[in-house]
Amino acid sequence: MAQVATTGTTASLPDKSRPQWPAEFNVFIGLILIALVFEALGWIFQGHSFLLNFQRLSIMVLQVSIVGIIAVGVTQVIITGGIDLSSGSLVGATAMIAMSLAQVSTYERAVFPALTDLPVIVPVGVGLLCGLAAGFVNGALIAYTKIPPFIATLGMMVTARGFAKWYTKGQPVSFPTDDFAAIGAGMNPVLIFIAVAVLFSLILRFTVYGRRTYAIGSNEQAARVSGINVEHHLMLVYGIAGGLAALAGIVLAARGLTAQAGAGVMYELDAIAMAVIGGTSLSGGRGSIIGTTLGMLIFGVIISGFTFLRLDAYYQEMIKGAIIVIAVVQDVYRQRMRGRI
Amino acid sequence: MSADDGRIILQTEALTKHYGGVHALDDANFILRDGEHVAIVGDNGAGKSTFVRQITGVEQPTSGKIFFDGEEVSFKNPIEARDHGIETVFQNLALADDLDVPSNLFLGREETYFNLGPFSILNERSMGQKALSALKTTGVKIPDLKNKIRNMSGGQRQCVAISRAATFASKLIIMDEPTAALGVQETAQVENIIRGLKERGIPLILVSHNLRQVLDLVDRIWVWRRGKIVGAVDRDKTDGNEIVSLITGVKSGVDEEAAFV
Repeated sequence: MAQVATTGTTASLPDKSRPQWPAEFNVFIGLILIALVFEALGWIFQGHSFLLNFQRLSIMVLQVSIVGIIAVGVTQVIITGGIDLSSGSLVGATAMIAMSLAQVSTYERAVFPALTDLPVIVPVGVGLLCGLAAGFVNGALIAYTKIPPFIATLGMMVTARGFAKWYTKGQPVSFPTDDFAAIGAGMNPVLIFIAVAVLFSLILRFTVYGRRTYAIGSNEQAARVSGINVEHHLMLVYGIAGGLAALAGIVLAARGLTAQAGAGVMYELDAIAMAVIGGTSLSGGRGSIIGTTLGMLIFGVIISGFTFLRLDAYYQEMIKGAIIVIAVVQDVYRQRMRGRI
Repeated sequence: MSADDGRIILQTEALTKHYGGVHALDDANFILRDGEHVAIVGDNGAGKSTFVRQITGVEQPTSGKIFFDGEEVSFKNPIEARDHGIETVFQNLALADDLDVPSNLFLGREETYFNLGPFSILNERSMGQKALSALKTTGVKIPDLKNKIRNMSGGQRQCVAISRAATFASKLIIMDEPTAALGVQETAQVENIIRGLKERGIPLILVSHNLRQVLDLVDRIWVWRRGKIVGAVDRDKTDGNEIVSLITGVKSGVDEEAAFV
């Protein structure tokens, strides 16, 4: 009896170590496959390569890097077992706020005529603080009133969008200083994304913050009885997500040289989709910035691939939707398999 | 061993807990001495878990006093109890499935290189080494510490949870049904860990339904029925029949309760 039990455990060990295969690797394979499909279609329909075009690749990354900045924050929120629907609206609101403090004095219809030609640190700092504050409100609502994250951030989503429209009564804000505009110039959005992604990848992997973020998503009650202040931690995670949404808003405004109340609509869903496609589990506890980055690149390949094949944008969205569903189904299936072990 | 000598670690005086009109815990006078291993037994709803919740700070008693290590205490939450050196092994809720063994052992008290608040860098090397020696001390064998808890068997999980308690408990370990969900071999492993704790002189309160286990492991058995302590018997001076009689109420001769037997 004892013998049987022992061999049983040893025999099942290789099986149990199979899920150790990093989830990111599957996403990477998916990215390669999708790129190769477009490469093949490119030779068939366009007669030239899809991938061997540096300009196309850089535009591709540029297109998705701003939403990618948001996705880095959203990934952390989803790892705690939550969700953040407010990031797209926060992009709009913080873009308006930052741009209104970044205008040049030569423009006579500035939002705050007394506050023009300010050093670039002012609009950036105020914008980031506003995003951080909105994120803290999200986190506090979720942690202390115990309402579901979906509802709390839905409230913030509607409120922040309303704020963005009210701020200038719907008027776009333009004419930033050169310093501010430089934030979004050239490949800077990509560099900012890379900096943010590397920073938070390291933080999630090597700091107490990261370990506790995974712990809360894994088993909130265990985290609580282990002495982790779950409320404070959730506020911090949502605060960081808000701050990164604000950073995306600033970059977007700087790149477009204008801020509109409607900026960033649907970005929250794209960011969530990038995280989920990248292997972040909606039930919490699992996910990584590397995975989200790969998810972001899958998005980029699809968008730029459809443009390359001169196909309608409608197909793009339909395919995007299908990929999101496939990613979630795969996650649910994986969990069911684990539940059986 | 369990005679009335040795320093008192935990004592309750007239500890009472009412949930509305329900007297879940009634006038409980309990004593635990240094190095002593005791069991709490009783039928469902006898007040065992309620008692544990009061002394670990999960709930606050309606009335009565708790003395721990010589001073009166009233823990507002489990963390406060933990800070006093009481570790509790819960049946299911104590481990983070997506983290590895060292991260779970040090959850909430991570070791860091230098203090940057939440962004302090984890000292994984030190935590890994300490986890290794902690598991060695408690006699737990886990092939790969870097494996996620999710990929481990129920027995391995429980061993990790108990090792954590054993590593950090300076004064008292409480285990609530530690082997309820385990197989024969895994139960034996957990029981060996408990024997190891006895050798190291760490006091233990074991909540269990398993009388064989209780008679095997502990020095003294406290029997609960309907929210009251109905007896505390030394292991050496009792047998299963007497304990069952106490649990069901036959022995105290209360006739109207015989219907429940």
